[in-house]
Amino acid sequence: MSGEAVERHTITVLVNNEAGVLARVIGLFSGRGYNIESLTVAEVDPAARTSRITIVTSGTPAVIEQIEAQLNRVVPVRKVTNWTAEKAGIEREMALIKVAGTGEKRMEALRMADAFRARAVDTTHTSFVFEITGAPSKIDSFIELMRPLGLVDVSRTGVAAISRGPEAM
Amino acid sequence: MDKDNTLTAAPAAAGAHLTLSGAEMVIQALRDQGVSHIFGYPGGAVLPIYDALFKAPGITHVLVRHEQGAVHAAEGYARSTGKPGVVLVTSGPGATNAVTGITDALMDSIPLVVITGQVPSHLIGTDAFQECDTVGITRPCTKNNWLVRDVNELSRTLHEAFQIATTGRPGPVLVDIPKDIQFQKGVYLPPASVQHRSYKPKTDPDPGAIARAVEMMAAAKRPVFYTGGGIINSGPEASKALRELVELTGFPITSTLMGLGAFPASRPEWLGMLGMHGTWEANNAMHDCDLLICLGARFDDRVTGRVAAFSPGSKRIHLDIDASQINKVVRTELGIVADAAKAIAEMVQVWKAKKKQAQPLKEWWAQIDTWRARKSLAFKNSDTLIKPQYAVDRLYALTRDKDVYITTEVGQHQMWAAQRFKFEQPNRWMTSGGLGTMGYGLPAAVGVQLAHPDALVIDIAGEASVQMTMQEMSTAIQYDLPIKIFILNNEYMGMVRQWQELLHGGRYSHSYSEALPDFVKLAEAFGCVGLRATTPQELDGKILEMIAVKRPVLFDCRVDPMENCYPMIPSGAAHNEMILSPDDGGEVSEAGKMLV
Repeated sequence: MSGEAVERHTITVLVNNEAGVLARVIGLFSGRGYNIESLTVAEVDPAARTSRITIVTSGTPAVIEQIEAQLNRVVPVRKVTNWTAEKAGIEREMALIKVAGTGEKRMEALRMADAFRARAVDTTHTSFVFEITGAPSKIDSFIELMRPLGLVDVSRTGVAAISRGPEAM
Repeated sequence: MDKDNTLTAAPAAAGAHLTLSGAEMVIQALRDQGVSHIFGYPGGAVLPIYDALFKAPGITHVLVRHEQGAVHAAEGYARSTGKPGVVLVTSGPGATNAVTGITDALMDSIPLVVITGQVPSHLIGTDAFQECDTVGITRPCTKNNWLVRDVNELSRTLHEAFQIATTGRPGPVLVDIPKDIQFQKGVYLPPASVQHRSYKPKTDPDPGAIARAVEMMAAAKRPVFYTGGGIINSGPEASKALRELVELTGFPITSTLMGLGAFPASRPEWLGMLGMHGTWEANNAMHDCDLLICLGARFDDRVTGRVAAFSPGSKRIHLDIDASQINKVVRTELGIVADAAKAIAEMVQVWKAKKKQAQPLKEWWAQIDTWRARKSLAFKNSDTLIKPQYAVDRLYALTRDKDVYITTEVGQHQMWAAQRFKFEQPNRWMTSGGLGTMGYGLPAAVGVQLAHPDALVIDIAGEASVQMTMQEMSTAIQYDLPIKIFILNNEYMGMVRQWQELLHGGRYSHSYSEALPDFVKLAEAFGCVGLRATTPQELDGKILEMIAVKRPVLFDCRVDPMENCYPMIPSGAAHNEMILSPDDGGEVSEAGKMLV
């Protein structure tokens, strides 16, 4: 089962919000040698006490299949959905990006931000903090463009994902 | 999604909800779960539970000498009865000492409920005396675990723990209870009122998959059943169904180490164990088959040999209760996620209903007979030295009229026992398969004997392994458990020595057991019986003496120190590249050395 190409997959895990559940899910990844490229977690339904963990991971198709199967074994896990395999998900990420500089670079950063529909949420004479939302690849591009313009700090949320259409996951 | 995610309360029958202390709840829950025996060791953080236990009739507590012993004893108890094993230990070192046993149970899918005391809630996180992050440490080695922070959650948690340990793919669970919770009073809920929010194991087979499996089986020209511990875990019904399926189809059958006893070794379809030290016929049948029907096994690396060369021409059917096992190691044409007993019974029923006939298997059996003719378990006996194989053969022969349960430690003796002791029934063979825990067999025998007081319980041991948990002889004495520790004493960590001989130029680095105790005197010091055999001539007499003694026995069987365990698949080799004897001189590849 080797020799297959490595793919990136976005997987959402709906779990009972109880102590240790995140550690159990994450421990599974580290213990079995799976990658985590990003991780997003928050309680989503306080009444039902459920949390939603979204993980961007990479591996060969066989590894991805194992990851899903292993996640399904975890006792407090309610549901596992692989958005990449199902091709029916919307994936978004938010980032806060700090750029410092003056003069033409500063103006260029502002113009780029406008083109990317990023918002300045903090402004000083020598810096901006931009808020940008989009697919991870869009955020990657924006960060690359900011690099020569005085990029000083990046904070990303990791991916949140949801299905298209009227159904819940 | 569930509409009600809190626990489902039973109709408010009068008296259904008791008010108890946390400690009393533990005892009440054990009682409601039908627990009659627990294995444990007291300490500061479990004293309230021990106090409740002191006043509680009907539950026998077995005081071990080390917490690892408690867990292995519980494993032996569980594996020989089909019931969950229960362990009670204290915080800190009590919990960490239990970790090896818990990991062992996870690897071999043994249902255990481990209850640990924890420091009081307000001290958690302060590096208090005998504090450790028990749920953190045991998270990767339990099926699930809980730290109970509210006494009103305790009974629900305990009942869930039993449910999770014993259903689906069984395994160990752990409930960590801070000392203040043990003292606090709260509402106790009986088991029937508790339902888990997300845990719903799938046990019913998909009828379409069963129908397809039957079609594939009916079309196979060189089929083989490859069975494992899942059959044992599924219960006696699974073994019964398996026997019927083999009889109906006439297919040959082999088993993993963990599955021995599910199918009777005396039947003509039986090929013996497969894998690294399996028989020539079992491994060659696996290699050459056109249909491999895996029932409750998991394609472990000791079974497959080199995966790329594993059973190259076969289609595979894989039945497992754990979906993550399907396609984990080898690709499968047909995966069936279900309980083994249900799925196999369904195969039997569909085979009969469709009046299926197996393909003519005469050629396949003729081929198997030529492999059998190699007599891969043969060994050169000696007049002067006790060969370990001979010792196991004699032990087997002289116990035929007894109700025998066998446990083992880990190493050469374990493989000789697996190869040569023939099992006719499930639940008679207790060994550490996945984790390979030296020191498993003696405490496991304690647990087995407790569950089967009149049976002959023998730990086939090695002198190195047995010293790891030797202190549990005291436990056997205390509870009057007449276990027999049959030590194949070759003065070496035999399997280590064997690999050093084959892979490391005979440089026996630290594998010689220097400064061995005198096991006969040691037995006497413990208050049990010590026996020793040094020649083949005296062996039978001493074995009969051991069987006749109704007390625990340490039997020091001095065997040929240089004997190796054959046949073997060198790591990194394929099933059909076995070494049958020392004269074969098989070469181990560099890649293979890594896999040892």
